[in-house]
Amino acid sequence: MDRHRPALSARDRLGTGIAIAVPVVFVALFFAYPVAAILGRGLAPEGQVDLEPLRRVFTDPTLRGVVWFTVWQAALSTVLTLAIGLPGAYVLARLRFPGRSLVRAMVTIPFVLPTVLVASAFLALGVPRSLGAILLAHVFFNYAVVVRVVGELWRHLDPHEEDAARMLGASRWRVWWEVTFPALRPGILAAATITFLFCFTSFGVILFLGGPTRSTIETEIYRQTTRFLDLPLAAALSVVQLSAVVVLLWLVARFERAAVPRRLGAAREIEHRARSLGDRLLLFGNLAVMAALLALPLGVLVARSLSPPSGFGLASYRALSELRRGSTLYVAPLDAIGNSLRFAIAATAIAVVVGGLAAWAGVRGRSRWLDGLLALPLGVSAVTLGFGFLIALDEPPLDLRGSQWLVPLAQALVAMPFVVLLVAPVLRAVDPRVREAATMLGASPARVRRTVDLPIAARALLVAAAFAFAISLGEFGATSFVVRPDHPTLPIVIYRLLGQPGDAAFGAAMAASCILMVLVAAAVLAGDRARAGRHGEF
Amino acid sequence: MLEVAGLVVRYDRVPALDGVDLRVGNGEVVCVLGPSGGGKSTLLRTVAGLEAPAEGAIAWDGRDLRDVPPHLRRFGLMFQDHALFPHRDVAGNVGFGLRMQGIDAPTIRARTDELLTLVGLPGFADRPVRSLSGGEQQRVALARALAPNPRLLMLDEPLGALDRALRERLVDELRAIFLRRERAVLLVTHDHEEAFALADRVVVLRDGRVEQDADAATVWARPATAFVAGFLGYNVTTAFGSQIAVRPEGLTLTPDGSAPTDAPAGAVAVTVVDRTFRRDHFRVRVRTAAGEVLDVAFREPDLPAAGTPGHLALDPAAAVPLPA
Repeated sequence: MDRHRPALSARDRLGTGIAIAVPVVFVALFFAYPVAAILGRGLAPEGQVDLEPLRRVFTDPTLRGVVWFTVWQAALSTVLTLAIGLPGAYVLARLRFPGRSLVRAMVTIPFVLPTVLVASAFLALGVPRSLGAILLAHVFFNYAVVVRVVGELWRHLDPHEEDAARMLGASRWRVWWEVTFPALRPGILAAATITFLFCFTSFGVILFLGGPTRSTIETEIYRQTTRFLDLPLAAALSVVQLSAVVVLLWLVARFERAAVPRRLGAAREIEHRARSLGDRLLLFGNLAVMAALLALPLGVLVARSLSPPSGFGLASYRALSELRRGSTLYVAPLDAIGNSLRFAIAATAIAVVVGGLAAWAGVRGRSRWLDGLLALPLGVSAVTLGFGFLIALDEPPLDLRGSQWLVPLAQALVAMPFVVLLVAPVLRAVDPRVREAATMLGASPARVRRTVDLPIAARALLVAAAFAFAISLGEFGATSFVVRPDHPTLPIVIYRLLGQPGDAAFGAAMAASCILMVLVAAAVLAGDRARAGRHGEF
Repeated sequence: MLEVAGLVVRYDRVPALDGVDLRVGNGEVVCVLGPSGGGKSTLLRTVAGLEAPAEGAIAWDGRDLRDVPPHLRRFGLMFQDHALFPHRDVAGNVGFGLRMQGIDAPTIRARTDELLTLVGLPGFADRPVRSLSGGEQQRVALARALAPNPRLLMLDEPLGALDRALRERLVDELRAIFLRRERAVLLVTHDHEEAFALADRVVVLRDGRVEQDADAATVWARPATAFVAGFLGYNVTTAFGSQIAVRPEGLTLTPDGSAPTDAPAGAVAVTVVDRTFRRDHFRVRVRTAAGEVLDVAFREPDLPAAGTPGHLALDPAAAVPLPA
């Protein structure tokens, strides 16, 4: 729109400029620059354009197999997740039952659980390393995506549209097919694309549960870098990965624009008790699925951590304080808790400040490319990020080799897009007239930000902080590239313990996983309390 | 005094305001009246400084406001949809403007209570704004706009979304508040009853241009153009000679054969088409031989049926001549 904006004072323009510059510079320095370094290595390894590594990705039979496996396992995971998640979305959006708000909160937990934790849980459950284990884990992680994205839309559909169709003579099935489904379609497509994206770039799950023979682009980048030191090939794989991610993100953005609930704000409840047989079957079936997905692996995890070979007890936890002879760890596992907390706090601070400013700038600036730039790290895999850090930030002009800051910076980049996703919609939902009302009452632009935007976004920022903290605690992919061996985080320790032979090491891995689980759960629940305290839907 | 001269505002090069002149003196209540989409809200937003004009000038007491940002103009604006701060309670909303002026908390509290009493909401200070009804929100929005005592108070469809009974009561309360403040008031509405009840002077806006600007009684009695007359519910007709505007009450319908006397001199032959009801009386809609459709007030108990032929007489005193 060609609306003329009234003139701003120089001071206000400076403030706005800084608010936009901070996230842009951050993303440019710690995302765009490393990614550019990857592109450089992948497409022009010796300084001039050489497409040989890229050609190898598509001609070498093994690598072609890797690319193909990446695609079809992601597609299969997506179909399975939709099949199990859509009924769950209906149950949580439309049915009223005791304990529903608790279930709603619990459903989100798997999404933020560290992959390494879920992998240990599945292994504790006795699931063999296999394709089935990969698919199961992908359903576990992305169930929440489908339930939340589709469920939110479902909850805000105007039930009068369905009633009107019924009154015009449509059967229940016709109502679903001609009214409800078309309204939900953008949400379903968005959820499916996000799920596909996450499964496409999944790292920990494949590494821990796939076994030695199954490899995706993501794990192949890791293998080529750490085992074979073939950086040009790793970079070429990253280029393929990046291109796919950009296309997928563009699709997600398209679908999500169409999936905005039409009646946001009107808080009229449209749900009903499960009275019919079909509704009851759906309700209990889904609760059983959720319980099996969530409670079973985590319960087994706790049980295994408490039953080391020496018999029931805390022996596995005690073992965490010792540095065993012959261990591949450089420090006692318990020290990793302190490392994890310190890194996560720093990462959270960075992610909330930068992500909060980015959300604000994206909403105010109404600039597509800014939105796109800031959303990009979401889809770009953690491994690509870590790999980019490794090859870009180890030489002048930006030499952070050995710096303790690499880990929190990498974790903040992984967490930041989630902060933007949580805060931006809240800021966008602020009626522009409310800001104008503040202006007309004498508030300068800076004061409008402080008295209107900040208080309204405060709760969302709290939720985002808890979320960022949980993600940083469990982050594995990027951390595994940049962490110093003598300062490992909990997920790194668990990974190393899982790689060691013997029941004692496995028990210790279980115990460390339980500690990580408690820390993450505490963060998630703290965030959910902040969310629950909100008035209405704002 | 607010002076607006030659104001032009364009959205996507389409003019929303096309050369508007307007003056609002201190203590004067001016109402901009016009159909939806006529540029009324744009006018308020531009005077407020929330939109920048493409051409023209806005001045207060002779001082050009071009470079004065909206928050420093000391104008108040009550938004059509109220735009209350959802994260603040009633007192937080009403006291906001005073806080911006750096006034101390006890004074703000006292003034807030005083204003809430003025708008008929005593004891509402600590209520969350979400719990309020539409009428209560409207009153809070009014109190919030009044609190900093703006030198110009602007109201966008102040009674827009309220039901009729509430509107009729609030109109009188608003007028009383305006008179007591003795400051400039500029409001816009599409409802002419609201406009004439509230305003000293009425400006009729159509497609971004001023059609008529005169004191309220004059606009009501002597619409200047066919558009204004039609908008105010006049019949615009050439059935009695040159083009005139006449209210339905200025016409008398005599169904053929009902009265002992013949049709009065100068009466026009018509046919009854339909009937309708306005406020407190029935109206009969008739068609002339030339095809003009006119509304006629009809106070007799027996309404003529559709198709009834009759004669229409004009009360010459009620006819308002219009430019051709």
